[in-house]
Amino acid sequence: MTIEVPVLEQTNADVARPVASVRLSRLVRPALGLLLPLSLALGWELAVWLGYSNGRLVPPPTKVFATIVELAKSGELSRHIATTLSRVAAGFALGVVAGTLLGAVSGYWGLARRLLDPTVQALRAIPSIAWVPLFILWLGIFETSKVALIAVGVFFPVYLGVMGAIHSVDRKIVEVGRIFRLSGPAMIRRILLPAVLPAYVVALRVGLGLGWMFVVAAEFMGASEGLGYLLIDGQQLGKPAQIVAAIVIFAILGKTTDWLIELATAPLLRWQDAFGRGRGAA
Amino acid sequence: MLALDRVGKTYPNGVHALSRFSAEIKLGEIIAIIGGSGCGKSTLLRAIAGLDRATSGTVTLDAATITAPHAKIGIIFQEPRLLPWLSVADNIGFGLSDLPADARREKVTRALVRVGLADKANAWPRELSGGQAQRVAIARALVPQPEVLLLDEPFSALDAFTRRDLQDHLLDLWADTRPTLILVTHDVDEAVMLADRVLVMRPRPGRLFEEIAINLARPRDRNSPHFDNFKRRVLTALDRSLDRNVPDSEAAANAGEAMWW
Repeated sequence: MTIEVPVLEQTNADVARPVASVRLSRLVRPALGLLLPLSLALGWELAVWLGYSNGRLVPPPTKVFATIVELAKSGELSRHIATTLSRVAAGFALGVVAGTLLGAVSGYWGLARRLLDPTVQALRAIPSIAWVPLFILWLGIFETSKVALIAVGVFFPVYLGVMGAIHSVDRKIVEVGRIFRLSGPAMIRRILLPAVLPAYVVALRVGLGLGWMFVVAAEFMGASEGLGYLLIDGQQLGKPAQIVAAIVIFAILGKTTDWLIELATAPLLRWQDAFGRGRGAA
Repeated sequence: MLALDRVGKTYPNGVHALSRFSAEIKLGEIIAIIGGSGCGKSTLLRAIAGLDRATSGTVTLDAATITAPHAKIGIIFQEPRLLPWLSVADNIGFGLSDLPADARREKVTRALVRVGLADKANAWPRELSGGQAQRVAIARALVPQPEVLLLDEPFSALDAFTRRDLQDHLLDLWADTRPTLILVTHDVDEAVMLADRVLVMRPRPGRLFEEIAINLARPRDRNSPHFDNFKRRVLTALDRSLDRNVPDSEAAANAGEAMWW
């Protein structure tokens, strides 16, 4: 919808549409995304309740919920969440800073790309879990090695995203900057940064996703706290409800942090003229 | 005065795009450069803009040799090239970042009114039509008050009606500060409508073929017999410029030099 539509017409359209249905659709649209998981959960609950399954290995939602409540009451849950969150935050911050700097340098400066990029690409080809033994030897079994592993996971998508985005900035737009005789820093601030922002946001979101993935790997390698520890603990003590509870919390935290990035960057990307605009992305 | 002295350009891949182009252009003159494709029109314009460097010859504005973009030279491209993340007003003010905020705002507001887009100040470029976007581009190039404004086929992507409207509009805006206009085009009608002089170029390598002065008073009437007359002259020159058997004026001059020796 463009602002070319005369104001008068627009208000007419709004008046013509019943207010109640507008309000309803505003509530219904996000709820649509909940339909599938809720009906699956309800179905499983019903199956266990009706006796089609004993629910021992796949606990019904009520049992998972009870486990979460129990963990929350004892204060354990918030401790585990805080530990995992702080690891992801530290690793994400490190990975983003390193990925952005190196990505920007090799995107902007051809010589740096030829020097740096082959090595980075070769390192990227290593499955990141392969670093675990080395990181433990180098950095010990405590926080440092865990944060380092997460940072490695976050680094690559951010690096690739920033480099690719800078590399593919439209030459015609850069020429506009040259005509107005922008200095190097001004060119970066006024042309390159805004031009790469959409791709950068995508890179951040991919990086965050990998950060959540690697925090689990990191917490598998010997942790006494954290959601990953809850998973291992649940496996060793035969508590599937605790495993599913931890998985559900991972899903909620992952989705929430992703949504926060989207929310924080949305005002910066209002100018975009893209297919997805106004189609009610989640 | 803008002086082009034997400007030539050979690209790294060996293409000889422009050869020994000379012209002297007075402040406030409107020049149209016309010619078939591959005759080096855009190459010449980019050399004057300082976006590309000529491989031989010099471009001088007053006393300054142009090797890089210059504050007194603006350019309007074939596409509007607006920055999609800036509002229309911020796009127009893009070249005014040295000014204090209120002086900039005042200039931008005046320019918006002048190009008839006062109601679009806060719109995003994506919300504009092609003609509106090109008007924003014209305003952006004009607000820093360049002495020379280069136009690289600025209206070629627009429909005939919008094109005529913008041609008239451009003359209007030109009359405000009377900068030098150098317009690359392949539209004969546009060249005769706007220019004081039409420079016809010939291709392979691009060079000056013929110069036609348009001695018509402004505002010009597209339907007058004089207008048609000049159009026919430009068309004939264009036809001859593409004919390989006709020696161009420069070759003739060289031949003359040889005889003199």
